[in-house]
Amino acid sequence: MSIKLGVPSKGRLMEKTFDWFSARGIYLSRTGSDREYAAKVEGIDDVELVLLSAGEIPRELAAGRIHFGVTGTDLIREKLSLWDQKVETVAELGFGHADLIIAVPKCWVDVDTLDDLDAVASAFRGEHGHRLRIATKYHRLVRDFLRDAGVADYQLVDSQGATEGTVKNLTAEAIADITSSGETLRANHLKILGDATVLKSQATLFQSKIAVLSPQDRAVSTALLSQLEKL
Amino acid sequence: MTPVANIRAEAARLKDMFQDAGAVPLETDILQPAETLLDLYGEDIRARAYVTSDPLHGEQMLRPDFTVPVVQMHMAHGADPARYTYSGVVFRRQEDDVNRANEYQQVGYEVFDRQDPAAADAEVFALLSSALGDLDFRAATGDIGILMAAVNGLKTTDRRKAALMRHIWRPRRFRALLDRFSGKSDVPATRRALLKAQDPLAGAGPHIGLRSAHEVQDRINALVEDATAPLISKAEVALLSAILQVRDECPAALNMLRDIAVDLPAIETAVEGLARRIDALDTRGVDVASLEFEASYGRTSMEYYDGFVFGFYSVQKPDMPPIATGGRYDALTRRLGGGHAIPAVGGVIRPDLVLQLRGDL
Repeated sequence: MSIKLGVPSKGRLMEKTFDWFSARGIYLSRTGSDREYAAKVEGIDDVELVLLSAGEIPRELAAGRIHFGVTGTDLIREKLSLWDQKVETVAELGFGHADLIIAVPKCWVDVDTLDDLDAVASAFRGEHGHRLRIATKYHRLVRDFLRDAGVADYQLVDSQGATEGTVKNLTAEAIADITSSGETLRANHLKILGDATVLKSQATLFQSKIAVLSPQDRAVSTALLSQLEKL
Repeated sequence: MTPVANIRAEAARLKDMFQDAGAVPLETDILQPAETLLDLYGEDIRARAYVTSDPLHGEQMLRPDFTVPVVQMHMAHGADPARYTYSGVVFRRQEDDVNRANEYQQVGYEVFDRQDPAAADAEVFALLSSALGDLDFRAATGDIGILMAAVNGLKTTDRRKAALMRHIWRPRRFRALLDRFSGKSDVPATRRALLKAQDPLAGAGPHIGLRSAHEVQDRINALVEDATAPLISKAEVALLSAILQVRDECPAALNMLRDIAVDLPAIETAVEGLARRIDALDTRGVDVASLEFEASYGRTSMEYYDGFVFGFYSVQKPDMPPIATGGRYDALTRRLGGGHAIPAVGGVIRPDLVLQLRGDL
């Protein structure tokens, strides 16, 4: 038996995750060819590395098919209802910082707060006959946020990519998306609403509360956790 | 009998009772066009209703309630006056509590009648109450129409009244707007800067999106106008708060509201409507002396009701969802009626909860 650790399979997120673990004496690496998703773990016994898409790690944790996993807080919150009953935060890894924000056209000089957005949504609906469209892929987080804020007369339209372009293309009036520097927003003539940070996200190591641990697994899990606390 | 069969039998008993009271039985589709419900309830409904779709019909919802399809059917080809009953399952998506039912039976009774709203309110309340027999329950009642009348009667701009009215069912946003309009909360810095700017559009960059430059300018004008409008007075805010705090047995609550109406005559008609309803309930044999009235009841959970609202709650199991709920929804008939409207009031009972409380499930 072994403990399964899920890590994003590609790009900077994977590399930085590998760096974070190696700083704690656990060496993760890919093996075989560039295209093969095989991996190994050195520095601790009985931990198996599983390379996954970051977007699938929440689901695998909640299903208990992996014991630990690295992914963004945004994805955990968006994809898992009652997330805190399914996973536990072990450590924030200090990279992959991104804020889920709401942005509107910069030319809306009359809109800076959620209060403004709500008032404009009402007028927009009267003028155009449909609800003000907000493009996003974070439907649940944004809907919950706007409900708590008491914003009405909007609709969420799905956008899985190039979300910043939807306003110019007239498929949405505003967007809700992840941003780190805000550069893409500025390039697309959008501005962030001051009081509309839906979530602050970063790469985080989660432990599944669902995955079953044999007594032997429990020992491995404890060893892993104590090794991660070193440094 | 299996529990489901028990629930169906209880639903049939209730429906028979409503038919005996003069209601015509109705059937509605389980799949409802999502667009109608989304336009009515807003995006929030997606958190509470199951949405599905096919390439031909687009987005559909498993009916979250019967009111909307029943009103649509009535507005399309209903008799006037009309009484309806229906029975069937409704579906509620659950995100936070796995123990709450996501599918349950409802049996309803709806009255579309122009003659005497107070009598119709009392008829629905008394019928649903008697349908529960000797079950030990507590009735809560309220009247959203009184708060609406108070907002309409404020000495302030129509724009502010409309903004408050739009958020009657969202108490937190309502309070935030009232604080803004009465000067209790400060004007945000961004708004102050906008109002002071020589050229508010300086540095706005290229105009993009469907919302036109005209609309932006219109709102700036509206904001400038609003900044010069006098604040809603402390006295008026105090009266609104006084209304929202009314919670007592019907006769005492009526007296308090009549006292408030002396200073806020705009609510007189609505308060006298409450008086007529109390009389009509009394005529129907309801013990109004001990019936609870709460002016803010129904503000968070019953969004299309705009007059009388009520709910029946188990005394032994206060955590249980309400056994029956209902109210008046005159404005909804206008929204779904394509220009036509008719006063309407109705309510639903959950037979599964009735059986649970009787210990038969």
